[in-house]
Amino acid sequence: MKRIGFQIAILAMVASAISTAPAGAGESAAVRNCTWCHGTGAQGYTVAPRLAGQRPQYIMSQIRSFRVHARNNPFSKQYMWGAVAALDASTAYELANYFASIPPRPANDGDGALASRGRTIYMDGIPEANIVSCYACHGPNAEGIRDIPRLGGLAYFYIKTRLEQWGEGYHSTPGSPMPMVASHLGPEEVEALASYLSFVK
Amino acid sequence: MVGARSVAADASDGRRGGRTVMTCARLTLLTAVLATAFAASGRAQERMTPARGGLEAKLEYCKTCHGLSGQGYLGYFPMPRLAGQQPEYIEAQLRAFIERRRSNPIMRNVAHVLSPSMITALANHFHHLNPPPFGGAPHAQIAAGKRIYEDGLPEANVPACAACHGAEGKGQNEIPRLAGQVYQYMVGQLTGWRTERGQGTAVDTSAIMAPTAHNMTRSQIEAVAAYVSNLP
Repeated sequence: MKRIGFQIAILAMVASAISTAPAGAGESAAVRNCTWCHGTGAQGYTVAPRLAGQRPQYIMSQIRSFRVHARNNPFSKQYMWGAVAALDASTAYELANYFASIPPRPANDGDGALASRGRTIYMDGIPEANIVSCYACHGPNAEGIRDIPRLGGLAYFYIKTRLEQWGEGYHSTPGSPMPMVASHLGPEEVEALASYLSFVK
Repeated sequence: MVGARSVAADASDGRRGGRTVMTCARLTLLTAVLATAFAASGRAQERMTPARGGLEAKLEYCKTCHGLSGQGYLGYFPMPRLAGQQPEYIEAQLRAFIERRRSNPIMRNVAHVLSPSMITALANHFHHLNPPPFGGAPHAQIAAGKRIYEDGLPEANVPACAACHGAEGKGQNEIPRLAGQVYQYMVGQLTGWRTERGQGTAVDTSAIMAPTAHNMTRSQIEAVAAYVSNLP
């Protein structure tokens, strides 16, 4: 049973790698400009987060935030402000929907030992410490809704960094509750959440 | 903030003299203190410092989900407006969550750590907020909703909402304010009244709404919800 599962996994990885290979495989120039950093099949690469399977309204809202320089954390400023400066609205819309349609793969790179604690914090928050339940906005499987992002399967490093950045005073979407949320999280809670979420399919 | 600035500007115009200089300095100091106080409470520009003290921190926590002015929020679930709500109603709901007469796992978790005095303080704070309605309800049914709200549906044994909730939807005593309530929240509550409220065997005041909610069709519920969600 295990062996078959392993073989299927290999086949699946190869198949998905082939189907999302960027080099001239029918991908538009606009998409290639994104996957250059965001990884083959938009699954994320080092500091650039996975776009695959993300909420299209959220992708659009972040493109807007980059364009008006509202989202100002260092990597956004260094890379994304320039990346979207010439992006017109209809291309942004197409890109958002294209990436949303790609099945996401979980990063699975968190600390497994912390995942259970992370899940508890995600579902219940910590009311004694005024930490809200992430589930209330991001959904039971961290899938997001409308312009609230899918968090499930994002890279440990990315979630950890974003939570820390809000705590440090960086901004993203105007009116977002996230700065207030993140300001209450301590380092071990951040690591637990980031670990748990990196495993969520 | 604007007032403080214009006072300082007036003080720095014109007159000289020792007494005026001291007044200038005091006004400048006052402006600086006010500016710092207002800047600290603003969220856009600086490092988020979590509020010290029980009530302030707890209010920030509530407002994370219920809207920064208590106007409600659409997360994965719709979070209701608390602003302007009857304090007796908020207190009754928090107790209902704690005692599981109203089943909502998120709110049960939130409420069970609240002391009775904290519950009273929170309810009073939200009662005094008054942001504009959250909005976003479909327009087409508002007129039909107004008729149902004011006249009820006699043939369906549905009393006029206005009779208890008030002509302007502001509520009274334990009867909640509906004016400006989040549309999606109202629809969810009325369509699913019995699944969330009146759980367990203890007497629960929510029972009064059960027949009304049950007797309304979904489109009637949507119409009324659209109407009240627009009320200021």
